[in-house]
Order: sequence, then C-alpha cells, then structure tokens
Amino acid sequence: MVLNIDHDHRRFREIVRGKVRENLRKYITHGEMIGRKGKDLVSIPIPQLDVPRFRYGKNGSGGVGQGEGNEGDPIASGGEQGDGKGEAGSDPGTHILEVDVSLEELAAILGEELELPRIEPKGKATIQQEKTKYDSIRRTGPESLRHRKRTYFHALRRQIASGSYNPQEPLIVPIPDDKRYRAWSTIEKPEANAAIIYMMDVSGSMTDEQKEIVRTEAFWLDTWLSSQYDGIDVRYIIHDAVAREVDEETFYHTRESGGTRISSAYKVAKELIRREFNPAEWNVYCFQFSDGDNWGEDNAQSLALLADELLPAVNLFCYGQVESPYGSGEYIRAIQGRFGDDHEKLVLSEIESKEGIFDSIKLFLGKGK
Amino acid sequence: MEDHARTYGLDFYPTIFEVVDCDQLNEIAAYGGFPTRYPHWRFGMEYEQLSKGYAYGLQKIYELVINNDPCYAYLMRSNGITDQKLVMAHVYGHCDFFKNNNWFSQTNRKMMDEMANHGNRIRRYMDRFGVEEVEQLIDACLSIEDLIDIHSPFIRRDDEPPRYEFKQADDAEPLPVPGRFASKSYLDAYINPPAALAAEAELRRKEKEREEHFPNRPARDVMKFVRDYAPLKPWQTDVLSMIRDEAYYFAPQAQTKIMNEGWASYWHSTIMTRQGLEPADVINYADHHSGTMASSPTRLNPYKLGIELLRDIEDRWNRGRFGKDYDECDDMQARRNWDTAAGLGRQKIFEVRRIYNDLMFIDEFLTIDFCRQYKLFSFGYQEDTDTYNIESREFPKIKERLLYNLTNIGRPRIVVRDGNYKNRGELFLEHQHSGVDLQIGYARDTLANLYRLWTRPVHIETQLEGKTTTFSFDGSEHNTEAAK
Repeated sequence: MVLNIDHDHRRFREIVRGKVRENLRKYITHGEMIGRKGKDLVSIPIPQLDVPRFRYGKNGSGGVGQGEGNEGDPIASGGEQGDGKGEAGSDPGTHILEVDVSLEELAAILGEELELPRIEPKGKATIQQEKTKYDSIRRTGPESLRHRKRTYFHALRRQIASGSYNPQEPLIVPIPDDKRYRAWSTIEKPEANAAIIYMMDVSGSMTDEQKEIVRTEAFWLDTWLSSQYDGIDVRYIIHDAVAREVDEETFYHTRESGGTRISSAYKVAKELIRREFNPAEWNVYCFQFSDGDNWGEDNAQSLALLADELLPAVNLFCYGQVESPYGSGEYIRAIQGRFGDDHEKLVLSEIESKEGIFDSIKLFLGKGK
Repeated sequence: MEDHARTYGLDFYPTIFEVVDCDQLNEIAAYGGFPTRYPHWRFGMEYEQLSKGYAYGLQKIYELVINNDPCYAYLMRSNGITDQKLVMAHVYGHCDFFKNNNWFSQTNRKMMDEMANHGNRIRRYMDRFGVEEVEQLIDACLSIEDLIDIHSPFIRRDDEPPRYEFKQADDAEPLPVPGRFASKSYLDAYINPPAALAAEAELRRKEKEREEHFPNRPARDVMKFVRDYAPLKPWQTDVLSMIRDEAYYFAPQAQTKIMNEGWASYWHSTIMTRQGLEPADVINYADHHSGTMASSPTRLNPYKLGIELLRDIEDRWNRGRFGKDYDECDDMQARRNWDTAAGLGRQKIFEVRRIYNDLMFIDEFLTIDFCRQYKLFSFGYQEDTDTYNIESREFPKIKERLLYNLTNIGRPRIVVRDGNYKNRGELFLEHQHSGVDLQIGYARDTLANLYRLWTRPVHIETQLEGKTTTFSFDGSEHNTEAAK
C-alpha cells in the first residue's frame, strides 16, 4: 500500500503556515495570542481553511435530538456545535479551524515575514546546561515510570524458562524482579543565555490602551528572542518618579500617579545587570516603553546613564515611544539629540497605535543584535 | 461470521478484510476509504484531525467499509477479538446494504480502480501544470461539489439543452395581442379591459423571455452545467468531471446514513447475540455496542435511530400492526394488544432495505409511539441567547424537522437559472429558499471559487431575513443587492 498522506499532510501544514503568514499582521495587531504563552503550542483560529460551500446559516438551523428536558430548555450553546459533518444532516454548526502552531514555528514565520536576521549570540558555549533524556531501562524506579512491555516480556521469559507458562492459559504474572523502569541520563548542553529587561513608565499618562500595545509587542519580542536562545530570562521594571523591579502581572497592571523620572529605571536596570547578568556571558536586551514624558532636569542624568552604563552592557537597547493623549513625547528627541539616529546598539521607535506594532518589531529586531 | 450472515439471507459481494494499524486506518479514513485517491491538502487536514482525536482519546474508528465489488473492509489491528467479530458482522451488514439498496444501484462498483485512475490522472496534471494550479482548481470544484442532482441517476431530466440559440427573426416579430374578444367599439373597454390585456401581454412576454433563457429549465446539476458550458481547458474539464463522479459515488451514502448504519447495527447485534458471542466476550461486546448506540441531546445517533426503527418495523409487521384495520382502530386497549401473529417482520425489513432512503424511511416509518418511546424532540437555534433550545416534543414538528434536515441531504437546493444572464454570459444561480438563510460568508467565498471556473461574473439569488437578495462576484468585488 502506497502511503500518500505524508505528502498531503505536509501540504496542509504548508497552507496553514501560509495562512498564518498572511494574517500575521492582524494577529500581531490584535494581540490574539497573548496569554497563551508558556505552552509550547498556540492554537490559532484560521478562518475557513475548509472548502467554502453554499450552506445554511445558524439562524433557523436545528435538528432532532434525544433525551430528557422540556420545551425551551437550552441543550447546547451556539458556539459548541463544532462538528457539522452531516450526521443525518441534523447537526448545525459553524466551522473555524483551530490549528496548533508551535511557538518555535510561529517565531520562524515572524522572522521570515519581518525578514529578521538571525541573532549571533555572544558567550556561546561558555555555559553548560544540564538536560535529562529518557534513554535507558533500569531495574528500579517509581511505578509511574514502569515500562509495561519490558516488564511483561521479562515475566514471560522467566515463566517460559521456569516451565510455569501454560499456552492453554497464558496468564503472565510479573514478580518484582521482572519489573523494568524507564531511566534517564543527564546530558550537558552548551547554552547561550539571554535576558530581557522591560522597562515601562506607569505614571498617570500611560493609559490601558498604551499598556496593551506594550503587552502585545512584548509577547512578540519574547517569542522571537526565545527562538534565538536556549534559555531566556525576562525581568520587568516599572517606574514613575521612582523605580522597582516587579513581576509580569504587576508590570502590566500597575497604574501610579505622580511624576516621571526615567533615570530611576535605568539605575535599577544597571544594578540588575551588574548583579545577575554579567555582560560577558549574557546577551542582554533592554526594551523601554514610555509616552515620552520625563522631568526636564532628569534628561541629562538619564542620557548619561544610558551612555555610560547601559549601552556598553547590552546587545540592544530599544526605546519604544507609545503615543498618548497626555504625553509630550519629548524624550525621543532628547535621545536623538544625544546619540543621533544611527547608533549601533540603540533603536528608537515611535508607536502611534496598535497598527504600528508590526513595524516597530521589525525596527527593533531588524539589526540582528 | 460470513456463514452466519449468509444463513440470515444477507447477500453481498466478496468481502476482503485488511488489518491495519491505527495510523494507516486514520490515513485511509482521511481519504474517504480510498488509499489511492488523488492528492489534496484537505485529506491532510482530515488526517490531522483524526489522528489528534485518536491521540486524545476522543474518537476511534473501528472499521471502514468500501462500496465496491469486491467489498473492502479495514479492521484496526489493536482491536480485541470481540471487537473484531462485532465489526465483521457489522461490515457484512453494510456490504449487503451496498449491494441491495436501490439507491446504490447506479454507483460504480469498481470505484477502487476508478479512484486510482483519478489519482494518477490528477498527479499527471500536477506534473504538467504545477501542483498549485491543479490544487486551486480542485478547491474550486469542491466548492460546488454539493451542487449535483442526486436523483439524476434515476431520472432523465432532459436532453442536452441547446446552447445559445437566439432566434434573430423572432425578435422582430411583434407579439400578438392575445385574448381579445370581438366586441362593439363602445363595449370594447368593458369586454377587453386594457389593464387585463396589458397584464396578459406582459405574461406572454415573460414566458417568451423564459423560453429564450438558457437553460430553458432551471438546471439542478450545477456541476454538470459548469462542466458543459464554462470555458475550461480539456484537463480542467477532466478534473471537474472526476470530482463530479466522486460526488455522485458518495451521494447515496449520505442519503442512507441512518438506514445503512441501522441495518449494519441490526445485523451485528443479531449475529453476535445469537451466534458470535463467547461468554468471555459479553462484557466487551456490551461495552462496545452501547458505546456505538450512545445518543446525546444535540446529535441524533444514526446507528441508534436506524436500529431502533428497524426493530420497530420488524415488531409491527410480526404482529400485524399495520394496514387499514390497525390504522383505523381507535380503541387504545385493542391497539395495545394487537397481535395477528402475521410474522412478516423479517421479510418487511429486507424489503425496506431494498427500496428506501433515509428521507422516505423516516417519512414512512417514524411513528408517534416511537417518538414517545425514544424521547425525541426537535431543537433550534435561539439567536438572543446563542443557544440551541428544545423546541418541541410534538410528533409532527419532530418529523418535519427530521425530514427537513434530510431533504437534499441537508444542503440548500440551488439551481442554475440563467447561464447567459444580462445577455453577457454571466452565471445566475437561484437558491430555492425553504426557510433557512444561507450563511453569507461561505456563500461569498463559494461565489469567488465558482468565478474561477466560470470566469465571468456569478450571482446567486436567495432570501435574507425575508428579503430577496442577490449576491454577486465579478472577479474583484462582492456585491449585495436586496430587493426593496
């Protein structure tokens, strides 16, 4: 029998990939995938990958069912009727295909679509990481790892050898000695590590809309950078007039009033790098998001910190200025004034709205640092 | 199992069983049972869904039978012996049904070879014209795959319709004013009222216009119409024809799902409980059988409905609960105890399996007692709550709903009304609306695919929320026009 399915399956995956690419800008802009991080796979709803046909709409559709219940009782929600495959034609249903795409694949698509250069990590192979791999069998171990087939096989062998096996009544009872367990060995893997430090202004002028942009953009930055490194460490710093390191949840949900002192965040970042991310071994990425407001007299101090402490330590420093109805947007001009437009490690981007995320990512990651 | 089946009078083509592992079974199932089918991405998609469903333990295919001479049946290697016996008995039921049910009588019994031929031809076209090119054509053809005339294998609708037959001379001829009665001039306005005359003239004009239409009768086999009249290259026509042939081959299976599954289930349970079961099999058998028969509120299980209806028929004909006397008897007591010991049950269900399809089957044999006993209800979509609610437990409503869903295999009825619309060679389809609107998004995409075949603007007229609406696609833009 000739098996063709591999070919068709591959073709299907290719089309899915094409669809994802086609709609990538939309996915990025709408932030649909956010919050699904942490799994290896994301489910992406792809509209109508099935063959379009003339078919009945939902309105007025229905069927015949069986069971208890009174007239008027709900039996299913409109969205649940997924499978519309003509069981006696009585199944209503709409069809949106959910396909699983691994984050890795998604990153690859992102990279292709944005034409992102691959990053050449520094500190390569200096750090070893231990990984475990199940590749052998032992005679002891936890029951959850018991290898049933091997255990059965050994029990069978023992019973045949000892003559207690009866083909008429092939009952195999393993004794403890027959039991076999899966076992792992530890392998060392060279690893290049990267750290991402997000900094955000949480003063009153940054509204939820701006934060949504930051969150969406950060997801894609994470996805890409994770695909380029074996291990990645993500840290968050928020600031108004003072700064502190926080967890992800706090990062996106804090809103403070009060003034803005960007230098405070830079100081925390500097400390963090000094303490945990030795630039010789770590590829450090800083992403700063702000609406561009800073106390006038703080600019000098901020820019000095940036120039002397941060830029020498990082692979890339990205400043994303999110347009807000309250912010003055001055800061980006201050940076431009100090460093000019073409700095090796510094990227500036103005993000006017969600639609701007796509281009902003390209700008940030386009240098391949 | 084969011997048992034959002693019960089942009659089938030679049946070849192949034992395959689950990956292979999923693959074969993805190809609709034909491992040699033409390549297309949707089979890959189907496969992904099947194998995922299997991996997560959501679904499992036990068997697959192909209507062919010889019949092919695939068994899953990992099934236990009880399952295999049950499945084989089930398979012989299907094989008998394929061979003897009238609706299958026109299907190609060498489909295995035919499908392999299709596969080869399409692969050859892919080599010559490129995979994408051919695949896109297949996509477009599949979009109208449902638009065939499922009864045409049995009815000769008409001879080849004339293509463009414009009677130049007739156009110039003035239409005679019809129906004028002789009258005195002062009575003329009353005997021949001008309004009535004008209305009749208009009617004749329209009639004449209709005669000049092409096709002169609405064509139900849209696929055939497109094949005959769309400007396709020979290889494209060939691909469309193959897909149309396959659509006709599969149509009876959709038309007889309830009966076919019911029939096979009836025989597996009969054979297994009388001959097939060893004491050790009982638990496994009961487990599998009840799993197959499980029903849910939102999905009427065709296996369950089919087997129970057949048993009901057998019981009724065994006890003579049919015919004039029984139907007219309104004494509940007498009805309940009615038993003429007619003993015609077995004979009757064999007759039913030969003649009926699902639609006729339900129409004829679904009774009010049956609906009550099996707690059937009809349900419908409630827009305000976005739920499906139980609508009714009344027999006529349930039956109506069921019949409705079985009519035209539950698909909208669509015909070609005009192949030369506006005298510009545009294609005008008509959805014969029967209460439920089309899904607009799908309709638009389908039009776009149809355009790729027809290469001139395409239209479909339907009803949308009670209004006659025409959707059009002209190659670049969609257009919606609602009647005022």
